[in-house]
Amino acid sequence: MARLHEFQGKALLAEHGINVPRGRAVRSAEQARTVAEEIGGPVVMKVQAWTTSRKAQGGVVFAKTPEEAAGHGEKLLSMTFGSFPVAEVLVEEMLDITHELFVSMSIDDAAQAPLLLLDCAGGSGIEDRAATVTRLPVSATDGVDADEVRRTVEASQIDKSLHDELVDVICRIVDLGRTLEARSMEVNPLVTTGDGRIVAADCRMAIDDYAVFRHPELGIEIARELDHPATDLERLAYKMEENDHRGTFYFAQLPTAGAGDSRGLIGFHGAGGGGSMMSMDAVTNEGFAIANFCDTSGNPSVAKVYRAARVILSQPGLVGYFGSGSGVASQEQYHSAYGLAKAFIEMQLAIPAVIRLGGNSEDRAVAILDAASRMVPATIEGYRKDDTPAFCAQRFRTLVEESGGRPDGMTRHVPEFVNSNTAYSFPITGGTVWIDHDRCDRDAAGPIIEHSADLLELNDAGKPVLAASEEDVANKDSELIACEIECLRAGKPVIFVDLAIPGLDDSA
Amino acid sequence: MSIIIDRSKRVLVQGITGREGRARTTLMLGAGTNVVAGCTPGKAGQEVEGIPVFDTVKDAVEAVGQVDVSVVFVPARLVKGAAIEAIEAGIKLVVLVPDRVPVWDAMTIAAKAKEHGARFVGPNTLGIISPGQGVLGMIGGKASSAKEWFNGPTPGRTVGVISRSGGMTSSCGYYLSRKGIGLSTLVHVGGDSVIGLPIPDIALMFEEDDQTDAIVIFGEIGGSQEERLADLMNQGRVTKPVIAYIGGKAAKEGTRFSHAGAIIEGNRGTHAGKVKALREAGATVVEAFGDLPDAALNVLSKLQPAGA
Repeated sequence: MARLHEFQGKALLAEHGINVPRGRAVRSAEQARTVAEEIGGPVVMKVQAWTTSRKAQGGVVFAKTPEEAAGHGEKLLSMTFGSFPVAEVLVEEMLDITHELFVSMSIDDAAQAPLLLLDCAGGSGIEDRAATVTRLPVSATDGVDADEVRRTVEASQIDKSLHDELVDVICRIVDLGRTLEARSMEVNPLVTTGDGRIVAADCRMAIDDYAVFRHPELGIEIARELDHPATDLERLAYKMEENDHRGTFYFAQLPTAGAGDSRGLIGFHGAGGGGSMMSMDAVTNEGFAIANFCDTSGNPSVAKVYRAARVILSQPGLVGYFGSGSGVASQEQYHSAYGLAKAFIEMQLAIPAVIRLGGNSEDRAVAILDAASRMVPATIEGYRKDDTPAFCAQRFRTLVEESGGRPDGMTRHVPEFVNSNTAYSFPITGGTVWIDHDRCDRDAAGPIIEHSADLLELNDAGKPVLAASEEDVANKDSELIACEIECLRAGKPVIFVDLAIPGLDDSA
Repeated sequence: MSIIIDRSKRVLVQGITGREGRARTTLMLGAGTNVVAGCTPGKAGQEVEGIPVFDTVKDAVEAVGQVDVSVVFVPARLVKGAAIEAIEAGIKLVVLVPDRVPVWDAMTIAAKAKEHGARFVGPNTLGIISPGQGVLGMIGGKASSAKEWFNGPTPGRTVGVISRSGGMTSSCGYYLSRKGIGLSTLVHVGGDSVIGLPIPDIALMFEEDDQTDAIVIFGEIGGSQEERLADLMNQGRVTKPVIAYIGGKAAKEGTRFSHAGAIIEGNRGTHAGKVKALREAGATVVEAFGDLPDAALNVLSKLQPAGA
């Protein structure tokens, strides 16, 4: 879920006509002092961190004077919650609270519909009073029934003069959550104050990852829930996924603090959630620490698998590369094999790799990996559906031990004919295809034409050229990479699909 | 018999002219699925594998007559429109294959389906296969593979499979088949939180299916599908034996972001909670995935053969 900070949520509430406390988020002690001066009275200061026990961990404090606010600001901004250093502190007026309400909309998977939880004696300890919370159904298209909200509000102890406005505010909160496609939208507490105001004292909101594209105004950079600030590699991987929707590519780095006590840090490449989890268990059982989680599945393009492998390999300190998914894939596994082979050959893989590509065309997939193994310094072994994750993990351990278990730096190898004036080239999405016409003899042209799915043909001089328009080949990376790998297998390195990755490769 | 798909079902493919739609139509036909029409706006008059293409679902239904199931292969952001179009045209079962469908779209589809008495599988489903009968979606790939991987039903030794993981649906089917167990239907319910037909609903279908002797579940942590199946077993609404594996035991507990999750789910959602609920309801729950086929075999061997 793409979570928003309290101050971001409150800004949205305010835009939607709901009162929020006076104040704003600050990034320095000096700013904290300024905001406290502007407010001109006691303030509450809250770290902007994704945790449910912010108060208990000392992340919420009070200040009577601007001096005190500056001092607290200094301290709060040096705190860390989980892996997240505090970047912002929200400084707000202290409220004179009369009543607290719990207002929370979330998604009820069993009902396949949103659900509003409402408690007019809400606030802290709400989980313990689950039975007293009113549950109101919400229509995904029409929101909540105001009359039902009114019945709940009228049954409370809250001053009657505020009921109309309260009902309106609660309906607006639901409305905002619905408009922004929130997975959860919680105002806890919504308060009434001594001076007769209704104010959202807190706000936690998470937007549906899959709907973030419809809400560019929210400025969400990575629509994924991570337990740490996004790393450069994660940002880079997310950008790739954003631009290529053929299959899924998910990449997240894991904490590697425990790697020192393990048999070494490894790159992990899974396929499908369930199978990946089992495969990670198998390789962890052999004593390895996993640097990253990665999933390429749902019939991904070859370029996507290639890029995923490149991202995994760019992590420093890896002693091996372990790939394994559900084991009985419905997709054609040779596509994934081509993508992996391209990455391994280009990087001249120096650490052992074990890849379990069970499923459709697994024999062809394993043959491609075997061929790649002969073209790189390290050993690559491919396995099938009848080879269990546990067996593959043991095999992996043996190979890592035989290799000495040392990480090795790798650099990308690009053939000399790339960017040369004499080579034939054409663009595809995210890269360029180069064919070395000078060295492309009849033996080299054979596999190119055979695997090009009629995208390439021989010209009068017997050299492969485009048979289709540039537009038609733009997304044919799968076929063109197949041509490249098959030429390499034939000992004829005359075609190269240059998919330089911005952020990883200088030439991109 | 089988559930959801068999040779008698008349199937429409929405998005039939796209990359996946075209490829999967070929594979579904190869698996025996009776695909009667396809549609893609603006492509009326074309044919894919000899299947006529129409602009709209309504046009397709008017031209070819009754359609039992529509399988949707359109980009995620167009799924809501496609599903509602199918439901409004009177189709009672829609299979939503695409991944990344926004959850508010899924809830809107759910509301529309209830209004029209329709049901849907997915979103984010690999699909459904009844070996020897037909496929909806992507499961199995080539017909020759599916035939090699998945046994058809075997009297007295046939299970139905319900899985929350796409890849593991096929894995379950393959490893069960290798033990000589027959399969009526394999269903991937979909990987999203809001799905049309979750585990308990599919289990009720298997309960009614005379060919299914037992039900195999590949569950996962999160949500309440497994617990709701246990509820049905406790109520006597699912009486066939259930053999289950729950994935994600090692996954660390996610930090709860909001209080609502805890209130709605109570203690539902955890690995331990699911295993306990299912075991108390009488299910056989294995700790290791590799033990699932033997456990299923063991349960089947104790059943009274039909008619005995």
